[in-house]
Amino acid sequence: MLTIAQAAYDAIVAHAKRDHPDEACGIVAGPEGSDRPERVIEMINAAGSPTFYEFDSTELLALYKDLWDRDEEPVIVYHSHTATEAYPSRTDIGLAGEPGAHYVLVSTREHGNNPGPVEFRSYRIVEGNVTEEEVNVVEALPST
Amino acid sequence: MSIEVRIPTILRPLTGGEKSVEGTGDSLSGLIDDLEARFPGIKERLVEDGVLRRFVNVYINDEDVRFLGSLEAPLADGDSVVVLPAVAGG
Repeated sequence: MLTIAQAAYDAIVAHAKRDHPDEACGIVAGPEGSDRPERVIEMINAAGSPTFYEFDSTELLALYKDLWDRDEEPVIVYHSHTATEAYPSRTDIGLAGEPGAHYVLVSTREHGNNPGPVEFRSYRIVEGNVTEEEVNVVEALPST
Repeated sequence: MSIEVRIPTILRPLTGGEKSVEGTGDSLSGLIDDLEARFPGIKERLVEDGVLRRFVNVYINDEDVRFLGSLEAPLADGDSVVVLPAVAGG
């Protein structure tokens, strides 16, 4: 199960709506091993595409160096689908490189840039196997 | 001669869980062969048909090796290498 604070959930949805019809992407970082998605970090989709996303390689390195300095890891890797359901594509599955992360998919196909509900779903993707998990949105993460 | 190589989470099963390993080589391709000798299986995760895999990023001293000659990128003692899988999908 993914437990996420309402503010982080809203930030991901807002990013996805803003970048529609292109795919939006980013991570939510948290302390290593904590499973706490605390810091939403929006990334630029270097592919600038409605059907593909990729972090820029220079920004990817800067991101990970910053995470290592903070003893953090990507707890969530998120991206949007803008014309299809919020389920990992074959490409998503083949390229999933963070076996410990929650892969969040948001679909903006219904309302695009406009207000309205989105599909927000979470998965584990390990060695090509996709497992959907429950998303538990809380007002705030429990204090540590 | 020693080069520090930062290993991403997804490849750590091949390095016995180590986040960082030491290697030697005067090019990226030499370094990968050296790592393969001690961590069998790592080469095919990085190289396909003799070229660096499209969705694997390798950096030497913070520079993407695609700008440095890719597998032919030169290496020297004390260099720092980082391997990161691309974060990408469809």
